Amino acid sequence: MTAQLPTLPTGPAAGPGDGATVVGESLLRGAWHRLRRSPLAVAGAVIVLLFVLVALAAPLLAPYEPASTQWAGDVTPQSVPGPSADHVLGLDSFGSDMLTQLLYGARQSLIVGVVSTLLGLSVGAALGISAGGLGGKVDTAVMRLVDILLSIPSLLLAVSVAAVMGQSQLSVMIAIGVAQVPIFARLLRGSMLSQSRSDYVLAAGALGIRRRRIVLGHVLPNSLGPTIVQATLSLATAIIEVAALSFLGLGDSDPAVAEWGRMLVAAQERFGNDPRLAVYPGVCIAITALGFTLFGEALREALDPRQRR
Amino acid sequence: MTTMTSATTPEPAALLDVRDLSVVFHGSHGDVEAVSEVSFSVRPGEHVALVGESGSGKSVTSLAVMGLLPTRSAKVEGSIRYDGDDLLAMTDHERRDLRGAEMAMIFQDPMTSLNPVVPIGVQIGEVLQRHKAMTGRQARNESGDLLARVGIADGSRRLGEYPHQLSGGMRQRVLIAIALACEPRLLIADEPTTALDVTIQAQILELLRELVSGTGTALVMITHDLGVVAGLCDQVHVMYAGRVVESAPRRPLFARPRHPYTGGLLRSIPRLDAPRGEPLTPIPGSPNDALSWAAGCAFAPRCGNRIDRCTSQTPELAAQHAYEPGYEQALRCFNPIGEETS
Ligand SMILES: Nc1ncnc2c1ncn2[C@@H]1O[C@H](COP(=O)(O)OP(=O)(O)OP(=O)(O)O)[C@@H](O)[C@H]1O
Ligand SMILES: [Mg+2]
Repeated sequence: MTAQLPTLPTGPAAGPGDGATVVGESLLRGAWHRLRRSPLAVAGAVIVLLFVLVALAAPLLAPYEPASTQWAGDVTPQSVPGPSADHVLGLDSFGSDMLTQLLYGARQSLIVGVVSTLLGLSVGAALGISAGGLGGKVDTAVMRLVDILLSIPSLLLAVSVAAVMGQSQLSVMIAIGVAQVPIFARLLRGSMLSQSRSDYVLAAGALGIRRRRIVLGHVLPNSLGPTIVQATLSLATAIIEVAALSFLGLGDSDPAVAEWGRMLVAAQERFGNDPRLAVYPGVCIAITALGFTLFGEALREALDPRQRR
Repeated sequence: MTTMTSATTPEPAALLDVRDLSVVFHGSHGDVEAVSEVSFSVRPGEHVALVGESGSGKSVTSLAVMGLLPTRSAKVEGSIRYDGDDLLAMTDHERRDLRGAEMAMIFQDPMTSLNPVVPIGVQIGEVLQRHKAMTGRQARNESGDLLARVGIADGSRRLGEYPHQLSGGMRQRVLIAIALACEPRLLIADEPTTALDVTIQAQILELLRELVSGTGTALVMITHDLGVVAGLCDQVHVMYAGRVVESAPRRPLFARPRHPYTGGLLRSIPRLDAPRGEPLTPIPGSPNDALSWAAGCAFAPRCGNRIDRCTSQTPELAAQHAYEPGYEQALRCFNPIGEETS
């Protein structure tokens, strides 16, 4: 059925990608008006925006070099120097400037979160689209794989991948990405299947439109909304999981990389004396994850086709 | 088998010829025979109506002709010939190349038959690119012209609009434009006006009539509204519970319906010339009361003309004397109107 793929019309007006961008615009334009009306959505959006800005501008904002252990001598087993004129938030347990570490930690979370979500999204979407679009044996095989992945708790899955691949930033990204694969695969397959029963797919079939074009040009654009929402929510999960992997000692082993999860681990021993050390990164993780979750949920409502005129 | 072709006037060969069509759905609750023994043909330029209540198998028949029934769950038997070629013997590829180019279909619900997130210009353009090998730019220009032809003013400026920006009538116009884009020789319209306001219905029917008349397009009009038939169709096939119960040209069908079901359908439409206050006469019961055809006539439980034989023996579709040459005339009834035996 899909043998004659190369003859697919690829004119400027009707390429699937082309359709999708136009589609995305109108979808988002309508969603924007609804988003602005919800205070939670606005709060989520502000947090997400701030987080991204901070992450991008970390080198400009940070008062010191990241992970510099310049003040390591000031750190004693009993105490870590607190806020002072030089260090607004004090030092961390390694003798680095706390504010600098937090800012660079945001950058790290964003990079790992985005890369791993993109990884999970692309692999998951490819699997889901081929399962839903081709059906039959492909569908069965892909869905068995997804079921297996889903039956393992995502953190355990990430831990296993990180354990097998060793400690590096890449392995963290892959570990978290792999855990996202089944979520996106399911989402897109379900969307494919439910859309395939819709009237407009039948109508496109009545025009002799090829299967591949129907899937990419008609069904996929309709799945765009839920996919964007899921990607946003996945970013929240990813940020928590990066921290969790570090916390479990499976994160990036490079000490020069500022990472909220590792700051938490280091703060653990000193929690009784110096809760500040754990509170800062903990609050950062929580607020960021909350921001993405709020924003994702608001997007879900805003993009809901039932709310569209 | 039921065709009554007159020997005096040579008629053009049928463009679409359906013989003994049956469609069986394999479901989890066993097999359901949605359509059986359905035969009809359509010549170029002819307008044929399939009429019947909800569930009588009209849509299934048209989907079988288009080749759009799910291959896994639906078993299609009999013969469907298009321009002399057996559609059921063709590969999926061959049939897909016919769809949109040679034969097109307009669906009942313009609200759901257009993709909500794809601009209408893209939806019109893609069929042109698919079958006419047009470039994107050519397709866009042609799409604008097509919209103008179906009565959408400044069509080329509306190509970027989404279905939700258009009214129901406008959407149906867009769907008609898409269906007729490649000038198909056969057009199947499945209740194209049912979902529309009454005033819009008339406009859409008029538009359809304008577009197909004089072009030689063969039209299969599916409807449960005999008013639509009266204005548009030459030949009528009345279906009940998946079978044709009466076939006749339009005039004799309206003037002298023979099957009690046809009579019931005619009595249940409002007429302007009826005396004021005269009640409409709905057909008693509902199609749900339909029996399978295995144990007699499926219409028997609702039929005023029922005789004993109706519930014990299944009536066959019998060819009748044709009032007008070249038309099909047939009846599936033991006790037709006007010839009651008791
Ligand atoms: N995919 C399917 N699977 C099983 N049964 C089906 C399927 N499609 C249709 N049917 C059955 O076939 C019968 C005829 O349906 P069809 O849609 O052709 O009716 P219709 O005459 O078009 O009615 P309407 O006026 O409501 O459109 C119905 O009883 C329906 O339940
Ligand atoms: Mg129908």
